[in-house]
Amino acid sequence: MRFMLLFSRQGKLRLQKWYTATAERDKKKMVRELMQVVLARKPKMCSFLEWRDLKIVYKRYASLYFCCAVEEQDNELITLEVIHRFVELLDKYFGSVCELDIIFNFEKAYFILDEFLMGGEIQDTSKKSVLKAIEQADLLQEVLIYCYIDQVDL
Amino acid sequence: MPAPIRLRELIRTIRTARTQAEEREMIQKECAAIRSSFREEDNTYRCRNVAKLLYMHMLGYPAHFGQLECLKLIASQKFTDKRIGYLGAMLLLDERQDVHLLMTNCIKNDLNHSTQYVQGLSLCTLGCMGSSEMCRDLAGEVEKLLKTSNSYLRKKAALCAVHVIRKVPELMEMFLPATKNLLSEKNHGEILHTSVVLLTEMCERSPDMLSHFRKLVPQLVRILKNLIMSGYSPEHDVSGISDPFLQVRILRLLRILGKGDDDSSEAMNDILAQVATNTETSKNVGNAILYETVLTIMDIKSESGLRVLAINILGRFLLNNDKNIRYVALTSLLKTVQTDHNAVQRHRSTIVDCLKDLDVSIKRRAMELSFALVNGNNIRGMMKELLYFLDSCDPDFKADCASGIFLAAEKYAPSKRWHIDTVMRVLTTAGSYVRDDSVPNLIQLITNSVEMHAYTVQRLYKALLDDISQQPLVQVASWCIGEYGDLLVSGQCEEEEPIQVDALEDEVLDVLEGLLVSNLSTPVTRAYSLTAIMKLSTRFSSVNRIKKVVSIYGSSIDVELQQRAVEYNANDLLDLLGGNDVVPVIQTTVPTKPASAGGELLDLLGDLSLTGIPPMTAYNKNGLKIEFTFERSNPSPNIAVITIHATNSTEADMTEFVFQAAVPKTFQLQLLSPSSNVVPALNQGSVTQVIRVLNPQKQQLRMRIKLTYTHKGSPVQDLAEVNNFPPQSWQ
Repeated sequence: MRFMLLFSRQGKLRLQKWYTATAERDKKKMVRELMQVVLARKPKMCSFLEWRDLKIVYKRYASLYFCCAVEEQDNELITLEVIHRFVELLDKYFGSVCELDIIFNFEKAYFILDEFLMGGEIQDTSKKSVLKAIEQADLLQEVLIYCYIDQVDL
Repeated sequence: MPAPIRLRELIRTIRTARTQAEEREMIQKECAAIRSSFREEDNTYRCRNVAKLLYMHMLGYPAHFGQLECLKLIASQKFTDKRIGYLGAMLLLDERQDVHLLMTNCIKNDLNHSTQYVQGLSLCTLGCMGSSEMCRDLAGEVEKLLKTSNSYLRKKAALCAVHVIRKVPELMEMFLPATKNLLSEKNHGEILHTSVVLLTEMCERSPDMLSHFRKLVPQLVRILKNLIMSGYSPEHDVSGISDPFLQVRILRLLRILGKGDDDSSEAMNDILAQVATNTETSKNVGNAILYETVLTIMDIKSESGLRVLAINILGRFLLNNDKNIRYVALTSLLKTVQTDHNAVQRHRSTIVDCLKDLDVSIKRRAMELSFALVNGNNIRGMMKELLYFLDSCDPDFKADCASGIFLAAEKYAPSKRWHIDTVMRVLTTAGSYVRDDSVPNLIQLITNSVEMHAYTVQRLYKALLDDISQQPLVQVASWCIGEYGDLLVSGQCEEEEPIQVDALEDEVLDVLEGLLVSNLSTPVTRAYSLTAIMKLSTRFSSVNRIKKVVSIYGSSIDVELQQRAVEYNANDLLDLLGGNDVVPVIQTTVPTKPASAGGELLDLLGDLSLTGIPPMTAYNKNGLKIEFTFERSNPSPNIAVITIHATNSTEADMTEFVFQAAVPKTFQLQLLSPSSNVVPALNQGSVTQVIRVLNPQKQQLRMRIKLTYTHKGSPVQDLAEVNNFPPQSWQ
């Protein structure tokens, strides 16, 4: 996977994870272009498209588009499952996740993504395992805040 | 000093902004506050401020002044700091930034931290965006963690190693020892997925690694088998399928290991058949596994039964309601259509149905696949579908579709008439979308279909009467009328059912002149129609009308038209010969398509019989030799057809070679396009050109020729008289 984007139907970026080194300027351009292309798709069209020299896999969940750019040899159908797994993780963590959760807790969404994928590949195929790790890390953060006077939450 | 506002508070505030300007103002205010907080080296709230900065960065605002702060957070001992610090580093500090390398030491320390979640953070950061230098510095640490017994860290180390290898391929070797037991049973299943990913990366990059890891095939087969047969494992289950992600990765690794290797391919044959037949296909996840299985079967040396099974799976995919499934099926079939042509042919009708799909990507693939499947047996049926598709498809497709149809028609046309009809259909329905090079190619086709000339010109003329907006159609039609105008007005037709077209000379000229003045016509089209009009002066009797039209264009603003008109009137040759025994030379140009002596010209000029007139040397000076060979045109015995052959015996090419000729008044002369304008050195080739001479009074033929060319950088010009024509050429 080259990158993953989450954006709203109004074209507001909610999350961007890049797995290849890309200049800031180019990232902005690509995001803008790709959002346009995906938002222009009609509901009956398939979830895959070719854009520049990449394969794009996208799926809409309520008001959010989840959009991944994958390599030539990657399996598009399983990428849909990867996206779905990420959504399930968010859903379990936030409890019936909605876009507002991702907006107000974007850093947590990143933490979950970074526990699920690394370099674009799945770290652990067990949903339970990923959620447990996040839970433990969160606990660590809370405990330490509780114990240390000079540590605050965000 | 009041505490900086909280992250969620800021987000809430910014979202209340009603305009972009209002938002910008809020952001600028907050950034100023954050900046001064950074300047004061506030440790307590650094984390909060960086988090806010990251939010604003996501909205599109600059955040570079926070880069160093991320480094400070990473170096902090507080877990929250590190969490936000590493996140900030991943978002703001990619390897193009100068400060990127400063992270190295912190990451190194954290890789050895006592808390595994801190180790995890640093592994993740390194594994997502570590630069080559950083990877070089820290590869050793990663390798150590790859051998730890802590499976939480081991799986992260494996993926981090993947990134290191991608950045610095030479380091691959050092990870080899650690891979020894990656797949062994005593490991918890947790690390299997990342282990397979690591092994895949190594095998893809190094043929040596590939041979080394081939021995893992039996183990991989066993693991896959266990997955399929094992009981329900809710943790790894997706819609009733055990760990589909792992299944897919194993199938992909098997593909790489089995490719080109008989033994490995055989060892995996059974399991592939098993997965292919037993996987549940009601949901996407099952189909994802089937898809990967098909890809593997097609790539390795599988037995034919297995290959047919794979193609049939793809065939079933084509009938699936889910368009995503149809899409991947078409993509895969496109890849295999060359190697398994017959098997794919069986699904032709389903593929053709996909031409009617609503999705653009599916349509495109169906179109490409359809073209790949066209052959001599199915050409009629397929062409019907493809022409229908051409009518209704998006403009983006039309050019490619038209080109594909032309190609298929050329290869498999069952008859010349069918071929011409197909071409006509494309020109009339998608005429504005055909590529520029189709026009000369089609002219060539029509030229070669000798027996169809009358039919073709009549059909094209009729099409012109209906519509003059599609330029390629108009251009081809103009050319045809210029060439075969006599057949058009005579009304004769080779076909049993002649087309009802009453075309009088004046009507035809009206149409062509109409093209000249129409603002739908491009300059190229105007050139074609003017040329056609000029050509018709040898075929039609209304020469005066033609001369009048042409002289109008002698002062046309369009340089191309002007040039043609002037050549027609041949004023320069008047000067050449300084006298009155000169007749206009009509230069016809068939754009871009060179004529060569022999076959093509024979067709161009109609039925010819070689009359055994001996060739003659017309000119031989300074290394340039021009020979004339003769044919007589049968339908008109008064026309002598001369082919000039220019050769060059010097050691330098003669470039920009132009041959011109003039004849006495009682003759008419027509000069066709030369084969090229370079006469190659040392007799390595020749330039040929055809001259047609009309000699109704059967007078003795004589000619003045003018030669211009560039030789060794200098322009050369010469005039000569040709008087030694053999008597048979004009008697």
